[in-house]
Amino acid sequence: MARAICWSVWSSMSFSFVIAQILNGLASASSLFIVASGLTIVFGVTRIVNFAHGSLYMLGAYFAVTLMTPLLDVSRSFPMFVLGLICAALLTGVLGIALEVLLLRRVYKSPELLQLLITFGLVLVIQDLVIRIWGPLEILGPRAPGLRGAVSIAGVQVPSYDLFLIAMGPLVFGLIWLVLARTRFGILVRAATQDREMVAALGVNQSILFTGALFLGAALAGLGGALQIPRAAASPQMDIAVLTDAFVVTVIGGMGSVPGAALAALIIGQLNAFGIVVFPKSTLVLVFLLMAAVLIVRPYGLLGRAEPLSLRVVTPEGFTAIAPTSAPTWRWCGVLIAALTILPWAVDAYAQKIAIEILIFALAAFALAFLIGNGGLVSFGHAAYFGIGAYAAGLAVKKLGFGMETALLLAPLAGAGAAALFGVFIVRLSGIYLAMLTLAVAQIVYAVAVQWVELTGGDNGIVGVWPARWASSRITYYYLTLVLCSAGIFLLHRVLHAPFGYALRGARDSAVRADAIGLDVVKLRWLAFTLAGAATGLAGGLYAFSKGSIDPTLLAIPQSVDFLAMLLMGGIQHIAGALVGSTALHTLKVIALPLTDMWRMLLGVMIIAIVLLTPQGLVGGGLRLFRRSTRGGASA
Amino acid sequence: MMETGSEPLLEVHELDAFYGPAQALFNVSFKLARGEAVALVGRNGAGKTTTLKAIMGLIERRSRMSRYAGTDIRTSPTHRIARLGLGYVPEERRIFTDLTVAENLEVGRLPARSHRPPWTTTRLYKIFPNLGEMAGRSAGSMSGGEQQMLSIARTLMGNPDAVLLDEPSEGLAPLIVEQMAQAIVAMKNDGIAVLLSEQNLDFAASIVDRALSIETGAITFDGPIADLMQTRRHT
Amino acid sequence: MIARPLLSVDRLTKAFGGVVAARDVSFEVGRGELVALIGPNGAGKSTTFNMVGGQLEPDRGSVMLDGTAITGLAPRAIWRLGAGRTFQIAQTFVSMTAVENVQMALQSAQNMSFNLWRSAHALHRDAAIGLLRSVGLADSADRPVATLAYGDIKRVELAIALAGAPKLLLMDEPTAGMSRGERHDLMVLVGALARDLGLGVLFTEHDMDAVFGHASRVLVLVRGEIVARGTPAEVQADALVQRIYLGKSGTLAAAEAGRSRGTS
Repeated sequence: MARAICWSVWSSMSFSFVIAQILNGLASASSLFIVASGLTIVFGVTRIVNFAHGSLYMLGAYFAVTLMTPLLDVSRSFPMFVLGLICAALLTGVLGIALEVLLLRRVYKSPELLQLLITFGLVLVIQDLVIRIWGPLEILGPRAPGLRGAVSIAGVQVPSYDLFLIAMGPLVFGLIWLVLARTRFGILVRAATQDREMVAALGVNQSILFTGALFLGAALAGLGGALQIPRAAASPQMDIAVLTDAFVVTVIGGMGSVPGAALAALIIGQLNAFGIVVFPKSTLVLVFLLMAAVLIVRPYGLLGRAEPLSLRVVTPEGFTAIAPTSAPTWRWCGVLIAALTILPWAVDAYAQKIAIEILIFALAAFALAFLIGNGGLVSFGHAAYFGIGAYAAGLAVKKLGFGMETALLLAPLAGAGAAALFGVFIVRLSGIYLAMLTLAVAQIVYAVAVQWVELTGGDNGIVGVWPARWASSRITYYYLTLVLCSAGIFLLHRVLHAPFGYALRGARDSAVRADAIGLDVVKLRWLAFTLAGAATGLAGGLYAFSKGSIDPTLLAIPQSVDFLAMLLMGGIQHIAGALVGSTALHTLKVIALPLTDMWRMLLGVMIIAIVLLTPQGLVGGGLRLFRRSTRGGASA
Repeated sequence: MMETGSEPLLEVHELDAFYGPAQALFNVSFKLARGEAVALVGRNGAGKTTTLKAIMGLIERRSRMSRYAGTDIRTSPTHRIARLGLGYVPEERRIFTDLTVAENLEVGRLPARSHRPPWTTTRLYKIFPNLGEMAGRSAGSMSGGEQQMLSIARTLMGNPDAVLLDEPSEGLAPLIVEQMAQAIVAMKNDGIAVLLSEQNLDFAASIVDRALSIETGAITFDGPIADLMQTRRHT
Repeated sequence: MIARPLLSVDRLTKAFGGVVAARDVSFEVGRGELVALIGPNGAGKSTTFNMVGGQLEPDRGSVMLDGTAITGLAPRAIWRLGAGRTFQIAQTFVSMTAVENVQMALQSAQNMSFNLWRSAHALHRDAAIGLLRSVGLADSADRPVATLAYGDIKRVELAIALAGAPKLLLMDEPTAGMSRGERHDLMVLVGALARDLGLGVLFTEHDMDAVFGHASRVLVLVRGEIVARGTPAEVQADALVQRIYLGKSGTLAAAEAGRSRGTS
């Protein structure tokens, strides 16, 4: 039957339509390749996935928009347009140099999680800077002189600019290949991609190499952005959108592989062009299916190679040791619960609302710490499960007519279900690949929430999600939240101390050893992902009723970053980090938001500062201070 | 014989090294003259690899004095130390398996700085014929012994005056170990100073005259290797 | 003679992109026996070893463990059928103590690793300490493995491997990275365990002392094929083995190891 549908689709396509879509696909493949190649080169050399790559792309577009007007005023010619492209690319490249020298250089030896976070901090900073400089509205760029018309190919009118783009892909590919294969710089880059330290021990100044790679990568991002301006306006939202595309291309192609990026871009370009016929609303879903299929067959992408089975022993970034909970700790927990029980009677309604939110975020952040700290599964898309829980609760009330009680039961089930489904693909990967896939999945969930207007209400979301009558007073809802969130945290804590929690941490420490004592590592991680999804979904459901409304920002990337920032702030090496971090960050946000319209930048600067200055977070730093003071002068 | 004047080529005084908070070396001091071959012997975990890495600046280190060829290298970055003419052949070989044999050698190439004729690929292929035959092949397709040869040849491309060799015999078949010893003796005869980290005393004795013994991060013996073997036999 | 060998490897073959890494490799390991697999680097030792351990799937041939076909099974399945494994670079759980490492293996052996509720801290702790005692590490039970000396970490790994009550131990270069004294002690321990528990041990090794001083039988692998097999004395005297693997110093070392075995 599927075959019959395919045939009917095919027969409905005329020959000229097919030609038009192929060329369209090739043009988008060129653009995708140029952006993704830069990301993959930078990753190859520095082993850092530069989340700010999309921001550099956006800056390239803004530079081009700004530079083109005066340049084209001088002479309205194609060479001037090309000059504008080159200038935008070079300028972005110079920013790449600054990025390397000022930030990345300081974190090459840091754990992956911190590297990813620092570049994400930069994404936030650049977003606010762009809005500050160019304003929040889209800016249309000039069209390329000499390429405004269309050319007739096999009876199809093809925009000349598309043909120009189609030519740019192979041209850039050829240039990159020449540099990597035929120059000493290229040989050194490839050598450093494999073993940076050894390259230094042979007398090569790595700093120059890394700076060079960042220049090249950033210039490619800038060129990619600049090339888009005759087709699409520059906007402050284009960074995350292109980042997802670039991630998908590099993951499918294989991280660090330039030919892989080219191949993946070609496939995705065509998939996008023809996918519209099958799935007019969102080709993202098709792209995700492709990515899932590729990763099942080849977990390191089409042309990527498996990281050599590393038996080297590294201390993982996460919970360092888990001791049985001591009696004093339990006593302090009792004191905390007692304090939280009397809290609503001591504060005003606004503070009660904030307290409810903190409890909810604490549960969601604790679930993330369960994944990252104990399982080594760095999820950059945690908000997806939070949002899915919220939507499940909202839809249960508004569309299915259930009560709050049922809705709050459905929220964790939906979170667990989504995590179980996506987890099948996600937990097969590890490290950076896993982080990128979680982010891509979250973006797809976000796109569905925005685009499936009939169900989700699109950008407007769902309103009128109120608690049951008995829980409608804020204090009652506070107690409901307190009970459910404490229970969730207690259960996850229990799991951490159970054989399953140990096994999960063991698989993080050494997957090879875990496999050799009979543990099914993939199954362990999948269950962990599902449990975290359930807890996060419950948090999302509680959040929906506390707000009374739901919108797609709940499952957008900034929400995921908030959760990560909570862990970072509290400290990822300690179980209590997530709880302290969620309290601190949300309190700070509540205080700061009315005072500044640049919260994103503040958060970004804060993330960068914590990574650089106190990567152990509040709990880690506090414990160190405490130990120092109790040890006093007696030095061992 | 090759010694010129009293100034040693490499001199380390009270070298400490750290892995994070843990101190791994304590007050390690020794000298290496021009053209001299010295073995650094000790159990696994005693600090041999750590000493070599600390000299190269590959781990966190601190010392009262560290000089190579008259230059203070206490805080120099790794690449600058290598450029002074101090070569390093790591324990795990660490060749670039994604690159060809010839490209591996290219990564190691540095301009010559001494009176000796510079090392070229042609000259190296004469000493290591296997490498010449495989020049265009991927280095990852080579056997362990060939990779060890490539690792040494790659370091020689930097025209060093001294080489730190970390356990070149570890994990190799006995026959290859013999070839390795010959290659190191050839280097020594060419006037290159060698600091050889080794667990295998017999292997070291076939190459060097003097030995340093290291135990739990500290030097416990410095003298003729024959004396060291004597004491070992008696205990 | 035992009617059915513990491990029976029959005509295992594996090629990587046209290069044959192992060709028709056949051998057996009996209970209480230490069988050494030696050969030049790149001879196919690791390939053969990993096909037995489940890390690699053979192109052809079969592996039987105590009468059960384990060809191409995952490492975790092979472990459950009674094969414990140690690695060239010790693989332990670095965020845990020595005893917790062994407890993990015991919990897995009892199919408890997916238990979400019971507290894991005391679960099988006594049995784990017993296993640590059998490798001489009971005193270090509560130390984090990350703080142990390397030789001791390798012993923890051995205790982990024993936790599955294995019939067969697979040890990839068990003495790599150890000092001479530690090497000797470990091999003596392994020999005693094999004898007392009736375990078969298959190990790869470059250290001549470990091979010729401790193995019951030796297999020599060259370019993917077994070119010699027999007792240590037979293999050491084999002219072909001397020429292509041992060399002059290796032959001497092997002979010396063989002699010290006779005296000790």
